[in-house]
Amino acid sequence: MSFGREHDLHKRRKGRNVGLGLVLIGFVAVIFGLTVVKVTEGEFAEALSGVARGE
Amino acid sequence: MAEASIDKLYSDEPEFGDFFALLKPRVMSLVVFTAIAGVLAAPGVIHPFVAFVSILFIALGGGASGALNMWYDADIDGVMARTKRRPVPSGKISANEAKDFGLALSALSVVMLGLASNWLAAFLLAFTIFFYVVVYTMWLKRLTPQNIVIGGAAGAFPPIIGWAVVTGNIGFESLLMFALIFVWTPPHFWSLALFMKDDYDNANVPMLTVTNGRRSTRNHIFVYSLALAVVSLAIYFSSLGGPIYFVMAMLLNLKLVFAAFKLWLRSETQCTVDNSILERKFFKFSLIYLFIHFGVIILEAKINIPWPGV
Repeated sequence: MSFGREHDLHKRRKGRNVGLGLVLIGFVAVIFGLTVVKVTEGEFAEALSGVARGE
Repeated sequence: MAEASIDKLYSDEPEFGDFFALLKPRVMSLVVFTAIAGVLAAPGVIHPFVAFVSILFIALGGGASGALNMWYDADIDGVMARTKRRPVPSGKISANEAKDFGLALSALSVVMLGLASNWLAAFLLAFTIFFYVVVYTMWLKRLTPQNIVIGGAAGAFPPIIGWAVVTGNIGFESLLMFALIFVWTPPHFWSLALFMKDDYDNANVPMLTVTNGRRSTRNHIFVYSLALAVVSLAIYFSSLGGPIYFVMAMLLNLKLVFAAFKLWLRSETQCTVDNSILERKFFKFSLIYLFIHFGVIILEAKINIPWPGV
């Protein structure tokens, strides 16, 4: 079955899919950012305290 | 199949915004703001991205509990004018979809908060969701007129969680912030119940206005407003307080107690004649009251003016 033109139903589904896509991209960005922060967390603490690692 | 029948068949299919509405975005804004206050007022420093992610998942956990509330309360929401356009009673999303959505987001938010910050914060978020969904929604809401009093604790947890994100423990100051929201919640919702007149009655929810009457509700609002002023001023004597907090708390509490006193004096005839104007004003003011309190707590945490006697 096909529609000659875009039905309102398609618009709604498209909106839902785009929304979900953006949420998933955001989630990936959060996981990536968190990974970077966790890996470099010691460096952040040192930068705040002004004490270099090993000193 | 004719296009007209397809229109009918799929006219209720949910949009992205309907799933967002399941998260109760208005309630979420309060959760976010008070959690930010908890994070910023706590002693210690965390990476800004960890703070951002933690607040994001605290908000998501709050939203998840909202979705589970809409699943369980679909019957009540369908009767009340204020809630009948929500996604489940309006037929956009089925109750089971709301339940699955809420459960999935609950698990995701708790695990992600644990990974991003610490497991005490994650446990507190899980407990908050449990408290709101099981203790308040499933148990107390339909059982006792004290539903709002005890259930209000669920909405009071975010600053404790925010504090735990930074410190890894529960501080006395975070308990004071908890107390502020806890004591603020009942008069806020009772004033709503006063001008939503028949809503709770029609839905058979044992709200104080239904079980004890409107006179008793006015008495309760006045007494709780006095208690709220005490908690608000107690915060001044903790490390959260400062000169700006003191001035703002004094002004806000004077207005709060005066407004509650005017509600207490009112007769039901006056209320009917002016379409509950003072009750509506009290409800709106109580929102401003809480937002300014937490706004000033954030401000004091960041500027730290030297102030004698604190």
